[in-house]
Amino acid sequence: MNYNWDFASVFDNWWALAVGLQGTLRLFAVCLILGMSLGLLVALGRRAHAKPVRWASTGFVEFFRNTPVLVQILWFYYALPILAPVEISPFMAAILGISLNSAAYSAEIFRGGIQSIEPGQWEAARAIGMSGLQTMRRVVLPQAVRRIIPSLTNRGVEIFKMTTLASVVAYVELLQQGKLVASLNFNPLEVYTVVAALFLIILYPIVRATYGLERRLARSD
Amino acid sequence: MPDPILRLSGLAKSFDTNTVFEDVDLDVAPGDRIAILGASGSGKSTLLRCVNLLEIPDAGRIELNGDVVGNPEKSGRARYPERELRELRKRVGMVFQQFNLFPHMTVAGNVAEGLVTVLGQSSGPARERALAELDRVGLRDKADTYPSRLSGGQKQRVAIARALAMDPEIMLFDEPTSALDPALVGEVLGVIEQLANEGRTMLLVTHEIGFAYHVANRIAFIAEGGIYEIGTPDEVLKNPRREKTQKFLAEHRRFQF
Ligand SMILES: Nc1ncnc2c1ncn2[C@@H]1O[C@H](COP(=O)(O)OP(=O)(O)OP(=O)(O)O)[C@@H](O)[C@H]1O
Ligand SMILES: [Mg+2]
Repeated sequence: MNYNWDFASVFDNWWALAVGLQGTLRLFAVCLILGMSLGLLVALGRRAHAKPVRWASTGFVEFFRNTPVLVQILWFYYALPILAPVEISPFMAAILGISLNSAAYSAEIFRGGIQSIEPGQWEAARAIGMSGLQTMRRVVLPQAVRRIIPSLTNRGVEIFKMTTLASVVAYVELLQQGKLVASLNFNPLEVYTVVAALFLIILYPIVRATYGLERRLARSD
Repeated sequence: MPDPILRLSGLAKSFDTNTVFEDVDLDVAPGDRIAILGASGSGKSTLLRCVNLLEIPDAGRIELNGDVVGNPEKSGRARYPERELRELRKRVGMVFQQFNLFPHMTVAGNVAEGLVTVLGQSSGPARERALAELDRVGLRDKADTYPSRLSGGQKQRVAIARALAMDPEIMLFDEPTSALDPALVGEVLGVIEQLANEGRTMLLVTHEIGFAYHVANRIAFIAEGGIYEIGTPDEVLKNPRREKTQKFLAEHRRFQF
């Protein structure tokens, strides 16, 4: 097959892709922070003394782990405003869908990390008079987080890629802008190749950097 | 006799159907060094852990320097609110068989942790105090290394310094040398002996009977769900009166020469 690659038509529209990239990064940053912090809260909720809190946290995890993000985004965008008098922007719908799903997965990662800390660490901390919360903050979480950095990195990469799902509600991100450029210039091959390459160029260095971080942390214990 | 630092009365603890002990009474006077001996599974660790409420006793009373710990109820079972657990544990130091140092903190960080997080001291004075405690156990030069770089004996000495930094009224040792290579046992026993000579009050669970004989002023032998025999080292170790104590000591002497 002899195809004449023509990237010029992509680069002529670089500003459209740049706007998309900005939208992607914005969505990613919000979902990363919300997803991870909510995940930590839910993980702590699953260990709470109060049964209702434990049930609610477990229910949350199971619900959001077992429903597709794409459906959630569509649901928040089209269905929620019918039920409640709220206006949901594409940005909001994407944040809700991606963050809640990521929270469910990262809650499981945090829970596994917390459980992997030896009971002796709890006992030593309690024996010098620390409260449960102090023990968690000073002794258990710092060790747990080191152990789960690889899994959290995977989650972060997953969140980054999931941002493309926001195109389903026409949120302006990289894929959405790519579609636009491709439909105007009839060059899907070049556009989607560039979009894929942009994801790779951004994600790969981040992943490498966390490998380095992992190694550095491993040295201290 | 001066008022006891620690008084246990009618202490009982079971795990499901397994009754570990039913009615333990023990008075610990200031400066007492009480070695606790007994067969494996006889409940030595459980007794020690009840003293700082890492295990909650089913019944009985714990008094520390005259303060009744928890809220005794009519049923005999006391309730121990979280606040009281923490208050008690500040005043009781514990050293574990497995050291349980915090691997993500430096040696000085381990020792200062309780001062900063529990007692609310600022980091400067806490570090000064940590260095002083490390000096006492001969490890000041290791202050800024991480526990993974230490030998077992050094780790246990750091764990002792960590407990001492809190100025405990009584120290609990649960087989502090059982996880160590024989060559490293001496340095840890040396530190404990030094504490004993300083007049620290301690309960020491150990299998080092020779050490117990030299350092303890009283020996408590645990069997049959309670303190089976208690007395001076000469009484209990040289002339045990009761059968199980005699058998236990004979068993321990079998391979000595
Ligand atoms: N957390 C627990 N849950 C259930 N049973 C326990 C628990 N801790 C201890 N036991 C049981 O209580 C009894 C006393 O155990 P304990 O650890 O106090 O014995 P020990 O005298 O310290 O023994 P060792 O010399 O082996 O350390 C044993 O039968 C043990 O199986
Ligand atoms: Mg034991």
